[in-house]
Parts: sequence; structure tokens; C-alpha cells
Amino acid sequence: MSVSAISQISLPFLMGNNLNAWSDALAGLTISWFPLGLVIIAAIPLVFIALYALTYGVYGERKISAFMQDRLGPMEVGKWGILQTLADILKLLQKEDIVPTSADKFLFVIGPGILFVGSFLAFAVLPFSPAFIGANLNVGLFYAIGIVSLEVVGILAAGWGSNNKWSLYGAVRSVAQIVSYEIPAAIALLCGAMMAGTLDMQQISVQQSGPYGFAHFFLFQSPIAWLPFLIYFIASLAETNRAPFDIPEAESELVAGYFTEYSGMKFAVIFLAEYGSMFMVSAIISIVFLGGWNSPLPNLGSVALYDWTSGPVWGAFWIISKGFFFIFVQMWLRWTLPRLRVDQLMYLCWKVLTPFAFISFVLTAIWEIYVP
Amino acid sequence: MQELGMAEQGSIRVSRKDDNVVVIEKDLATEEMLLSMGPQHPSTHGVLKLECMTDGEVVTSAEPYLGYLHRCFEKHCEVVDYPGIVPYTDRMDYLAGMNNEWAYCIAVEKLLDIEIPRRVEFIRVMVSELNRIASHLVAIGTYGIDLGAFTPFLFCFRDREHILNLLEWASGARMLYNYIWIGGVAFDIPADFNKRVKEFVDYFRPKVVELYKLLTENEIFVKRTKGIGIMPADVAINYAWSGPMLRGSGVQWDLRRNDPYSVYPELDFNIPVPDGKFSDIGDCLSRHLVRALEMEESLNIIEQCISKMPGSDGFNPRSSVPKRVRPKAGEVYARAENPRGELGFYIQSDGKSTRPLRCKARSSCFVNLSAMKDLSKGQLIPDLVAIIGSIDIVLGEVDR
Repeated sequence: MSVSAISQISLPFLMGNNLNAWSDALAGLTISWFPLGLVIIAAIPLVFIALYALTYGVYGERKISAFMQDRLGPMEVGKWGILQTLADILKLLQKEDIVPTSADKFLFVIGPGILFVGSFLAFAVLPFSPAFIGANLNVGLFYAIGIVSLEVVGILAAGWGSNNKWSLYGAVRSVAQIVSYEIPAAIALLCGAMMAGTLDMQQISVQQSGPYGFAHFFLFQSPIAWLPFLIYFIASLAETNRAPFDIPEAESELVAGYFTEYSGMKFAVIFLAEYGSMFMVSAIISIVFLGGWNSPLPNLGSVALYDWTSGPVWGAFWIISKGFFFIFVQMWLRWTLPRLRVDQLMYLCWKVLTPFAFISFVLTAIWEIYVP
Repeated sequence: MQELGMAEQGSIRVSRKDDNVVVIEKDLATEEMLLSMGPQHPSTHGVLKLECMTDGEVVTSAEPYLGYLHRCFEKHCEVVDYPGIVPYTDRMDYLAGMNNEWAYCIAVEKLLDIEIPRRVEFIRVMVSELNRIASHLVAIGTYGIDLGAFTPFLFCFRDREHILNLLEWASGARMLYNYIWIGGVAFDIPADFNKRVKEFVDYFRPKVVELYKLLTENEIFVKRTKGIGIMPADVAINYAWSGPMLRGSGVQWDLRRNDPYSVYPELDFNIPVPDGKFSDIGDCLSRHLVRALEMEESLNIIEQCISKMPGSDGFNPRSSVPKRVRPKAGEVYARAENPRGELGFYIQSDGKSTRPLRCKARSSCFVNLSAMKDLSKGQLIPDLVAIIGSIDIVLGEVDR
């Protein structure tokens, strides 16, 4: 007790709802008619994605793959090559913005934009901590599932607009894949929503908090929750076009899939969108099944680990850590497994994941109704 | 691949039927699209161009176009003297330079009818088998990349690097060796070479197992390759396939056994042929498997070479290298088992010149690739990539 009291005194900014007050004040900041505060708040996730994509996403992927493959990875730019991604981005910015002459210019230009917006909009409803959520919608989960579908439009626009046969193949494959995998993914998330009794992302997180830490997470709250958890994880890999489901951009088959013709900053935007969606699905799976911003550490008698590691900033720490963990698993899989074939991918979706998703849906419903 | 023909409503085509994966296209006749795959495509292993007619994802026909890497090897041979051709042969199958040189030297030696020192023969066997392992490592690694597994590729290259270092130590070059000369070798192997090779063999044996676990036994890898691109043994023989391709179809044919040359009759090794338990005989997985198993056989051969090799006392690697190569008038065909199959050299001499009148290389890759049109019919695009990868072509040898 005394230790926790000390920690509360010495680290007051980690505790309480100070951030709430700050963000409320910031949200109210309006210069004449222009809601500057809201714009700044909306920009925070964007900055976060950009930073994360720079530091962890691309650099981490390169380093992790390098260590898995007995290499060193980037080592030249900065200590341990930490500035490599920055150098790459600078290089991409300097590149000439090429639009192929025979391309549909409008679709070609707007494709990466839609793609980026699609993956970025879902960040609005992710609760990053008890005190911070961009838009506290009561249908947050539904919105997150729905808005990701927007990416399909961007991919199709990019693939069709490029006027390249490989791009078209990539786009068609991608659309078929994403549209199919949304079904098991949505049903699996519905299991989590049923356990929470709400679609509100913040409420889903709140329902998983408690003094026993991880024991309150939905993954450990019912004996069948691992099934939707696994189904959603697999489906999310397919939705973000990550290996072993990266057939839309299978470099050995389709050169680079729907972004074959892209270069320079447009290519960087597509890249950013991909890493953005990677984090988004990782955050969603952590929120629905692993407690989101809740600390996984339990209170052990007087050693109140849970209480010490809870709070707005701790919450952000936990959800980002959980997200990064899943991103690490995604990378791990990518650098280990070969790629599935198109028909095997569809087979897996429609004949394995979807039926099992329905089974887990029914079992979760029974569990929720009959088990108190 | 089976055709069910015309049904009542229209044509139904079943592309494949293996463990529940069936592709049925029913009454959806759309316009076919011409898809030019290569010469700058990541999975054509160089500058092969395939003109595919595609019906959705199904390739209805694929026509290989060659010649993007044509360097007039055979014409060059007619203006270069016999020893001068050796470095050119390196550049054919640049992943297995030693084996190429050897095949050429066997042909010229047959024409000259000269006796080769025993130690030279063992050195040749050893460096060629090392090169065979290196070549198979590239084949297996790039096959992994074709199927989307990136990591095995780098594992393969890590191990290949050790072989290249050894060969560089012996010959001074990493890929284009010019080491095996007509009648001998350029240099004797360095003093500790055999010890280092032994170290490499001990290091590499567990790595083969690791590769096996990482790639060959991977469920997705097996699903992608099993039952794909099946080539029956009789058709393979009619196409004059050779090497791992033919052995993948279940024919136990290896020139090191069936037409023995050098000291291979003294060496004890198996010729791996798929038994049909793990893979369907003649499919892509069988061909991959043959390569994976052959690496271990090569390790056995290398070990035997180390123990049987005569000492270097009073040994001159160039003792039987002729000062001036001017064979009697006549012709010769000699062949050797290369990593990719039978490499044969047909050489014609007019008896007056120090240059061959005609030098024809029978390229294994070229012959193996000729079946591409048959193999690719009705396959999906990802399977087409898997089939090209399993043929393991080196365009340097295809085009020469």
C-alpha cells in the first residue's frame, strides 16, 4: 500500500484523469470559427502512425527479418542503422512523381489516398487509453470493421488505374481476398462483442478491467474465446495482405501486385497504409480479446501490480505494446512461411474459417446465455 | 488435370483435384488475356520470357521465348583454341562452373586420348561435388522465394558462401573458376584444403536437416508443390530430360552411374529417387526433394574423396596438361552429370587446327525447359511459377 502511495505521489502525471482534462481543454480550443484543438487531436493518431511506421514498422521489419535470416540488416545510416527509414523516405520524397502515360490518371492518383484514408480512419475509434479515444462511437467496432472495407476501393482504383496487367491481377485478387476474409473476421469480432454486450470499443475495454489483470481479458473469460481469437488473427493477416496471405502483392508471381507502377511518394503512402493497417488490426485484436489498455499484471495481495500499472499513460503503453507484439508475430510468420495459392486461400476462408467462426459464434452465445 | 468435357449447360473445366482443392470454371467464358511474363519478371530466373494466354488465373498456354542471354558460345568456340574455351564454359551454367569445365575437358581429353593423374581426378570430383551442392542450394533457395518463403533463400546463401570461399581458395575465383584444365587442374589444392572441406561437411550436415524442416516439410510448401506439374516418366524420357528432373519422375538415371566417368565407379553413393510416399512421383515436390537429397549424397562423395585422395608428394597438377592442343581429325561426344542434368559437348576436329571445327553444347536446362509448354497447360499462375522454379533453369546455359 505504501509503495503504491509513493508511486502516486512521485508520478502524478501517470495517474488520475489529468489527460482527460488536457484533451477536453484542447478539444475546446477554437480560434474564431476554426476548431484548431480538434484538428490537433485528430492529428495525433496520424503522427503516431507515421512515427510508428518509420521507427517500428519498416525499421523493425527489416531488423527482425535480418536477425531471422542471419543478417545484420541496415547498419550504415546512424547507430545500428536507426535512421535508415528516414533516409529511405527522403529518397522517396525526392523521386520524380511518375504517372504512366496510359494510366487512368484520376484513379491512379486517388488510389493510394483512399487506401491510406481507409486504414487511417479506423484509428479514430481505437481507445488508446482510458482517457484518449478519437471518437467514442457506440458502434465503434462496427465502424472499424466497416471502414477497413474502404481499402478495397483504393486497391481496385490503384490496380485498375495503373493499366498494368499485373496490377489488375493483384487488385482483383486483393479485393476477392479482403471481401472474403471480412466475413470470418467480423463474426469472430462479434463473439467478443457478445461477451462485452456492446460495440463501443471503450466499453469493451472497460469490461475487461479488474484487479486480476489478464484473468479479466475476454480471451481467458470463456473456454471458447481462443477460437474467435485465432480466427480473427488469421483473417486479419489476410485482410492486411500479410504473408502467408500476401498473394495480392506476391512478388514472385505478380511482380508487386497492385502497386507495381507506383513510385516515389505514392509508393511511400501505400507502404504507410499497409503498416498502418497492420497496427490497426493488431490493436483491434488486443482490444477485443486482450483487454486493450488494461494492464495484464494482477494484484498480488499488497503487491498491487495492476493498480500501479494502470492509468491513461500506462494504458497507452499497454495497448501499444500489445499491438507491437502482434505486429512482431505477423513479421515472424511472414519471414517463416511460404505463400498460399489463390484457391487454397479461398478454401481456407470459406471452408475452414467461416464455419469455425459460426461455431464459435454459437458456442459463445450459449456460454453467454447459460453460464453466469 | 482432367477435362470433363461438355456438360449439359456448357463446358465445365476442372483444373485440379488434390486434397479437396478443386478449381471449377463453369460457363464463364471470358476473353483470354495475353500476359507477357518476363524477361524482367522476378520468378523467371533471369531473362526467360513466357507468353501466357490467361483465362482469369488459369494459364491456357505458355510459350517460352529464349535468346535474351545469347552470347554465341558455339561460334566463339570456333575461333578460340581448345584451352581458351574453358573459361567460356564457366559462363554457361554460371552456378556450376566447375561441372561445366569438367564436362568440356572430358570431351577434349577423350579426343586427345590422354591419361589423367589420379589425384587430379579426385580433386575434380571434390570441387565439382562442392559446386553441385552450391548450385542445389541456389536452386532450393530460389524455389523457396518463388513460393513466397524468403528465409530459406538466405539460409542457403549463407551456407553457399562457405563453399564459394573454399573454391576461391583453390582456384582464385568465386564463380568463374577456370580451374579444371585439359589434362589437369590449374593448381594443386592448398595444403589444408581437405581439412577445411571436412569441417564444412560436418558443419553442413545439420544445416541440410534445418533446411528440410524449414522448407521441405512445411505444410504450405507441400500443398503448393505436391501434385503440381506432374511429368510421367515416359514423357520425361521422350523430352530427353535428365538430371534431377528425370529422377524426379522416378527414373533412376545418373550419368555418374549409368555412363561412369572419372573415379565415380570407385565411390559409393546413392541415386535418390522419390518413392511416392511424401510426394507424387514426377511433381514439383519430387524434383525439389531429389535436389535436397542429392546434397547429402554429394557430402558422402566428398568425404570419400578426402579419404581416398593420393598424397601430394611429387604431384604436379599440370603434368599431363598438353603444351599445344591439336587433336587428330575426328569427333567426340562426352557428357557429364551436372547439377541440372546432362551437359554434353560434341567437338569436331579437323586435325590441322588448334581450334575446334565445331563445338556443340548439349544444355540440360534448354532440354528441360522444352517441356514447359506441356507442363504449363491449364495451370494457375502461381503454379506456373512453381513449375518454372522446379525446372531450375539457368538462362546462361539455356541461351549459351
